[in-house]
Amino acid sequence: MTKELKWKAALIGLVLVATCVCLLPTFVSVPLWWPHALKERTIALGLDLQGGIHLLLEVDSGKAVENAVERYASELEELLFEAGIPFDHVSKTSPTMLQAQIVDAGKQEAFEGLIGRRFGNMSVAAPKKLDDGSLLYSLTIQKEEAAYIARMAVDQAIETIRNRTDEFGVSEPVIQKQGEDMILVQLPGLKDPQRAIKVIGKTAILEFKLVDDENSVDKALKGDVPADRQVLYQRQVNPSTGVVSQIPFLLHSRTLLTGDRLSNAQVRIDSRYNDPYVSIEFDSRGAQIFERITRTNVKKRLAIVLDDNVYSAPVIQERIAGGQAQITGSFSMEEARDLAIVLRSGSLPAPVSVVEKRQVGPSLGRDSIERGVRATLLGGLLVIVFMCVYYRFAGIAAAVALTLNILLLMAALAAFRATLTLPGIAGIALTIGMAVDANVLIYERIREELRLGKTARAAVGAGYAKALSSILDSNLTTLLSAVFLFQFGTGPVKGFAVTLSIGILASLFTALFVTRFIFDYALSRWRMQTLSI
Amino acid sequence: MEIIKHDTNINFGGMIKPAGILSFVAVLLSIGILIVQGGPRYGIDFVGGSLVQVRFNSPVTPDQIRSAMAQVDGGGGASVQRFGDEHGSEFLINIPASGSAVSLEALVDSISAKFNDTFGADGFEVRRTEMVGPKVGRELRQKGMLAVLLSLAGMLVYIWFRFELRFGVGAIVALAHDVAITLGALAVTGAAIDLPVIAALLTVVGYSVNDTIIVCDRIRENRRLMTRQPLAEIVNTSINQTLSRTILTSGTTLLAVVTLYFLGGAVIHDFAFALLVGFTVGTYSSIFIASPLLIVWENLAARRTGRPALKGRAA
Repeated sequence: MTKELKWKAALIGLVLVATCVCLLPTFVSVPLWWPHALKERTIALGLDLQGGIHLLLEVDSGKAVENAVERYASELEELLFEAGIPFDHVSKTSPTMLQAQIVDAGKQEAFEGLIGRRFGNMSVAAPKKLDDGSLLYSLTIQKEEAAYIARMAVDQAIETIRNRTDEFGVSEPVIQKQGEDMILVQLPGLKDPQRAIKVIGKTAILEFKLVDDENSVDKALKGDVPADRQVLYQRQVNPSTGVVSQIPFLLHSRTLLTGDRLSNAQVRIDSRYNDPYVSIEFDSRGAQIFERITRTNVKKRLAIVLDDNVYSAPVIQERIAGGQAQITGSFSMEEARDLAIVLRSGSLPAPVSVVEKRQVGPSLGRDSIERGVRATLLGGLLVIVFMCVYYRFAGIAAAVALTLNILLLMAALAAFRATLTLPGIAGIALTIGMAVDANVLIYERIREELRLGKTARAAVGAGYAKALSSILDSNLTTLLSAVFLFQFGTGPVKGFAVTLSIGILASLFTALFVTRFIFDYALSRWRMQTLSI
Repeated sequence: MEIIKHDTNINFGGMIKPAGILSFVAVLLSIGILIVQGGPRYGIDFVGGSLVQVRFNSPVTPDQIRSAMAQVDGGGGASVQRFGDEHGSEFLINIPASGSAVSLEALVDSISAKFNDTFGADGFEVRRTEMVGPKVGRELRQKGMLAVLLSLAGMLVYIWFRFELRFGVGAIVALAHDVAITLGALAVTGAAIDLPVIAALLTVVGYSVNDTIIVCDRIRENRRLMTRQPLAEIVNTSINQTLSRTILTSGTTLLAVVTLYFLGGAVIHDFAFALLVGFTVGTYSSIFIASPLLIVWENLAARRTGRPALKGRAA
């Protein structure tokens, strides 16, 4: 062997070893001395192959802005009280605007100073003088501030959803921002996906509100709702008949305490009836507020409201110190556990809605792998047989290159932790068909050169040289369309673009370099005078 | 072994008229079918809607499923199709997003509940559900079309850059032809256009350009060697010289695609079908349309400027 050939042999050997090192952890458990970085790197199966759910959630970030404006309104109210500025009302007039009516025009300066100091993110228009001498102010949330709140809402929602999936014990979830206000959630291999979706998507805003027992609920239901009151419902299921009923409650609109002040939530079992309930603990500030509420409202009913549904409305028997409370309701064990999860992980800053959902059961995934692999293997076998019959010795060289190509492709998938999907398997099958193209181009060229009367060695040299530009051009265009595919595709389609691209790159090495080596080796070692091609 | 004899010399340039007419008719038919259908039939990926794949443990007729679906609130517009095996009991239920008040998500839940009542909880297995909101569908459709158009433009620019503009024009005409006929074939079989099908179309685009480029490469090379012959002859010689390769590569690729089509399972059936049609048409068009168009282009240019048609020259 010449020196050059030895180098080439060494390089091919090295690639082969590297391929095996990358690929083995996917198929067998490797010994301890295996390269550490590669031990965890196995071919990851896409959701369509291992089963699982793919969710695209849209965050209603406009609602987050609206919530912020509402919060500003009540803050402003409190500050006006403290500063002694008499006002008629402070209220939200649109999702981004609030209105304040100042009774005493002499307080104009004080009011505007307060706004400037505390509400720098609101823009104030010149006040409208009303007939009774009061001033009507409109405050609009600034665009940058609204955009910031919307962005924060999405980030915070991602954080909350991550907490919830962690609590749920999903292995390797994908949770990432997509576009402006979308969140992509991928959860592989779940037993009860419906339940997971419910837990993930729950807004989980917990509020404590006083029940108004002085006014009549029935009157309110007929449309006569007193000021600062609201009607919310409790959903009750009759355990024996299964009939669902909605019980109305007339509540004070003001929220006394929210779930933001929770420090823990746990499922407990009631010792008397064996019913599960959720025990909640407030942080120190929350405990103080809770104590004040219970102290000042003994014998009144306190409603526990989650996402505008009343869960229970127990009568406050006495002052409760220590910051502990219970949420009871006719829960199943599972419902109680899910409620504890969402309360522990915090509320979503704005409601989310599912805009895309794809869910594959594990049995379909298994079928897909089986069929995809079978089709690919058979396709590969047919192509190899064809090449060997058509080109004989050169065909065997191409078959060796093709096999190496597939191994390289799979090793690259493992090393880059790329995801293998069903279209991805199709991409491998397609690579098998297309990768031999380079060999066909070269072999046809070699045949032409041989017909011109060149020696075997010269024909091989000329064949490879002349086919090179066509091979590069044609592979680059396929690569180009794979790049477009990757840009636009979602999960499974991306997997196709990935395997196709890697397959093309690997085929450049195997078809050009490896087969050339086999030819050169055969020509020099066996002193081959005529080519079997 | 040789399938195409090496001294084959078919006058492809002379066949441009019949080939042109054939392609023209095929494209016209495809467009006609698409128009009659009221545009391509998009899958839920592109219009929004829900899809439920169910496998029953005992034989069930589509009508049984339809009558169960009719009782589901909002499930009236559902289409029920047998999926996979001709005699299997696996079905695909498609519910378009028709602006009904029932949310798509709730709909899938109520279908499961209804099936529980009708077929028993152990009588069926929901193997796959998909739900795409109309807004996401619209976005995906726009992105998909953009990707196909961009890749066509990308190919044009690439060929322009590597060869000449007129080579690129022939290639793009051939590509548009391939895509149109593939879409027509999909319309005939009733397959819906979804994400994998768009992926297949993009692959067809890449593959078809592949074939065209190999011929163009040979034309460029031959123009340096055959300086005295007219372009028509050079083009024809080049097509013949690469014919064996074109047929062989198409053969091996189709071998792989055909096994996918028959064995790959129902989930990628339409995808494999689009590839099958696209590759076949693509091979035909790169031989009969893309390169012969060069000759037509030259003749037109010659007639307009009054100069004789170009001969081979050093490129």
